[in-house]
Amino acid sequence: MAGELAESITERDEFIVTKGKNKKQLKCDTDSSAGCVSQRACVYCGARVVLNPITDAIHLVHGPIGCATYTWDIRGSLSSGAELYRNSFSTDLKEQDIIFGGAKKLAAAIDGLVEKYQAKLVFVYSTCIVGVIGDDLEAICSAASRRHNIEVIPVESSGFIGNKSAGYRAAGDALLRLIKPSESAVFKKNNSINYLGDFNLAGEAWIIHNYLQQMGVELNVTFTGDSHYTALKSAPKAKLNIIQCAGSMLYLAGKMEELYQIPYIQISFLGIEDTAASLRNIAAALGEESMILKAEELIAKETARVEDIIKGYRTKLEGKKAAIFVGGGFKAISLIKQFREIGIDVVMIGTQTGRKEEYEIMNELVDDGTVILDDANPAELEKFMMEKGANLLVGGVKERPLAYKLGIAFIDHNHDRKHPLSGFEGAVNFAEEVYSTVCSPVWKSLTALGMESGVTNHG
Amino acid sequence: MAEKNKENVSFRNVNENPCNMCMPMGGILALKGIEQSMVIVHGSQGCSTYMRRHIAEHFNEPVDVGSSSLNEKGTIYGGEKNLRQALDNIRKVYHPALIGIVTTCLAETIGEDIERITGQYLIDKEMEEFPIVTASTPGYGGSHFEGYFFTLKRILMQLTEAAEKNNKINIIIPNISPADIREIKRMLALMEIEYVLYPDFSDTLDRPFAKPYTKMSNGGTKIADIRSMGGAVATIQMGITIEDGISPGKYLEEQFGIPLYNIAIPMGVESTDVFINTIAEITGKKVPESMKQERGRLLDGMIDSHKYNFQGRSVIFGEPEMVYGVTKICVENGVFPAVVATGSQIGRFNQLVTAAVADCPEQSKILIETDFSHILAASKEGKVNIGIGPSDGRYLTEKGDIPLVRLGFPIHDRVGGQRLLSVGYTGTMMLLDRITNTLLENKYKSYRSSMYEKFYQQG
Repeated sequence: MAGELAESITERDEFIVTKGKNKKQLKCDTDSSAGCVSQRACVYCGARVVLNPITDAIHLVHGPIGCATYTWDIRGSLSSGAELYRNSFSTDLKEQDIIFGGAKKLAAAIDGLVEKYQAKLVFVYSTCIVGVIGDDLEAICSAASRRHNIEVIPVESSGFIGNKSAGYRAAGDALLRLIKPSESAVFKKNNSINYLGDFNLAGEAWIIHNYLQQMGVELNVTFTGDSHYTALKSAPKAKLNIIQCAGSMLYLAGKMEELYQIPYIQISFLGIEDTAASLRNIAAALGEESMILKAEELIAKETARVEDIIKGYRTKLEGKKAAIFVGGGFKAISLIKQFREIGIDVVMIGTQTGRKEEYEIMNELVDDGTVILDDANPAELEKFMMEKGANLLVGGVKERPLAYKLGIAFIDHNHDRKHPLSGFEGAVNFAEEVYSTVCSPVWKSLTALGMESGVTNHG
Repeated sequence: MAEKNKENVSFRNVNENPCNMCMPMGGILALKGIEQSMVIVHGSQGCSTYMRRHIAEHFNEPVDVGSSSLNEKGTIYGGEKNLRQALDNIRKVYHPALIGIVTTCLAETIGEDIERITGQYLIDKEMEEFPIVTASTPGYGGSHFEGYFFTLKRILMQLTEAAEKNNKINIIIPNISPADIREIKRMLALMEIEYVLYPDFSDTLDRPFAKPYTKMSNGGTKIADIRSMGGAVATIQMGITIEDGISPGKYLEEQFGIPLYNIAIPMGVESTDVFINTIAEITGKKVPESMKQERGRLLDGMIDSHKYNFQGRSVIFGEPEMVYGVTKICVENGVFPAVVATGSQIGRFNQLVTAAVADCPEQSKILIETDFSHILAASKEGKVNIGIGPSDGRYLTEKGDIPLVRLGFPIHDRVGGQRLLSVGYTGTMMLLDRITNTLLENKYKSYRSSMYEKFYQQG
């Protein structure tokens, strides 16, 4: 069979469109097809990504060991305080637990951990088999909660109940339980805002916090980068929610509006254009004249500081073509604009879990001929990057080696990165990273004449 | 004596920072060493993605692995439809010569009969000659180490026939680096040995840059060779720690009467001597002069470094086979193995390590089925000053100030895990140099200040 041309998979057709070429609606937000080598992870992954940055919580995975191993401290979320979240705890279920149930083990695990680490908050993540063997997570957690007089919150994240988005929702539900005020609590609203959907990768939430401070905006709590139990508990007090990572936080924001009358706006701090627009929108939403003025000052000052640096990179990068394949839609949308800032056009764009509305915006922003695809696989990424002549790919860890094997530059836009890509600082880092990979001298060696050429260049 | 962490009662209930991965991970690695093979993980989407991510990060290679993407429906009514669809799609896009199917916790818990499903699939597609190999590898059934060997055994059970006698030696290897595999092949070539090396991921997971990119990489153990392993002269299996139940070499011995030489990874003088002598014994070939020179250079280097090494107190952790190999090197060179640890539960490990460390001036602490929280505690107690093992040992560096020599799988926070050479006389020397130099670096880093603080008295 070898030697035949790869055939495309028909059930994938609906998930791929070319702008200007076909008018059909892109299909998205549905289960991955079997055997398509989807780049998506699972429900548990989605939930863990969102909750893990909560620094003083015990994150306990109820399941077999793998789920905990593969998620141990692989993210770059930073903490200004507790470090407990950087541990991966697991009930390490074995064969006999599958047969007899894991309830006792889980209860004992919670007891042991709470005693050892004195935490006020425990998240217990459900994994695939827990959903099947029927351990009553809810009952075990509430019993433990009563026993220790702390919050023990089950996260319904069995891997098979949906895709990564379902995990965001499960995390949202867990957070809603956490922030729910007790019956007796008297709630007084203040003028602060909550910042949703920043996980403080490489200190990104700190950068944004600094901006807000300069504008005179009080940040109540970030969901969930560098957050902790007490701060999260105060979430209902805020006046406004601003959302960066919409994929993971829109559900929570909607619920908070419903329950605590906190309106929300979507913002993005990726790229100069979006950062400036977001700061303006926040000031406008809060409606205070001084904030609006200070926002303009900040934008003017910061733009002046970074403009020339970015222009410098732009002259080196003008005309290059980018392919994007990232987790969520908000990031993809911002990246289109951010690439434009450095003179790069996007020729392929896709996400793991983008929503319909986000794909519509992408479709508006990109040029005719750009391929837009949902839940892509390596074969498709390869095909369209080659067809469209992409010079670089933006993606995560799994996509990186593919780009490199194709001789294409690569930008790490994942949770693992060690440098911030948010705000004005991030815009400079981004441009620098693009330059460092697109203009690296290594590509020259790939096109060198090689051993067969007979070139010797004796001195 | 080995301790299953009796000092901490809660351990049986909770694993704090895992030192092992799950069974299907090992299955994927084993199958990646078969020519033109593709793997499907029968389970929810996340399992496949997490493992791909881990493997891709270590090898810096694209790692395409299919998933049957089990969803709620598949979990309730059975995953046959999903698995068949996965087989269709994988065949369509990759045209593999063999498909391996490994299972997960989920598939095993809902009782999937993958042999029946695949058997029926092949009948329905009228392709009964096509090799599909299956392995039941529930994540709760063991670690990736057991998954690796068990899958190797399953492949033999399904492919190997009572072949005509040939002159080849079966060389069965554990999870060592592609550079290690290439070194073993070089040694075999020097000895002019005919062999089947199984599995061989030295090319498939470490391929040269070449254009055009192909989805399937070259290399891997040939399927025809695997079929004929039943006719070999002997089997040399680097699997001294593994139990008979998961031993591919034992299977060949019992099924086809192939004599099994179960040896340690050739790491260190003694273990490499055993490897070479075993080959000489089986074939009657003489050890070439150049090999003797390599051995002599190793001895020379060991003498050069012995006083530095004597100051080493090591913690060795990771997969049992690798840990045992490193322990032998440490013992031979006077680096005291204060803590010898594995996350796997392997019966022979304890006995073998106990024997290996018997002559050490102090008692080593042996930990089986352990986690990093216990490894750290034991390392502090044992006054360890060097760690040897995979990247997750960075936890020991961070929490215990123990410098780490990265070795084994996975290495995800440094480049070049796939290029680390540590076997044979030459590889041993290279690993020993890494160990010695880490000890020296650590000593030189602080000796001026530490001596000053210790002895200098003003006035």
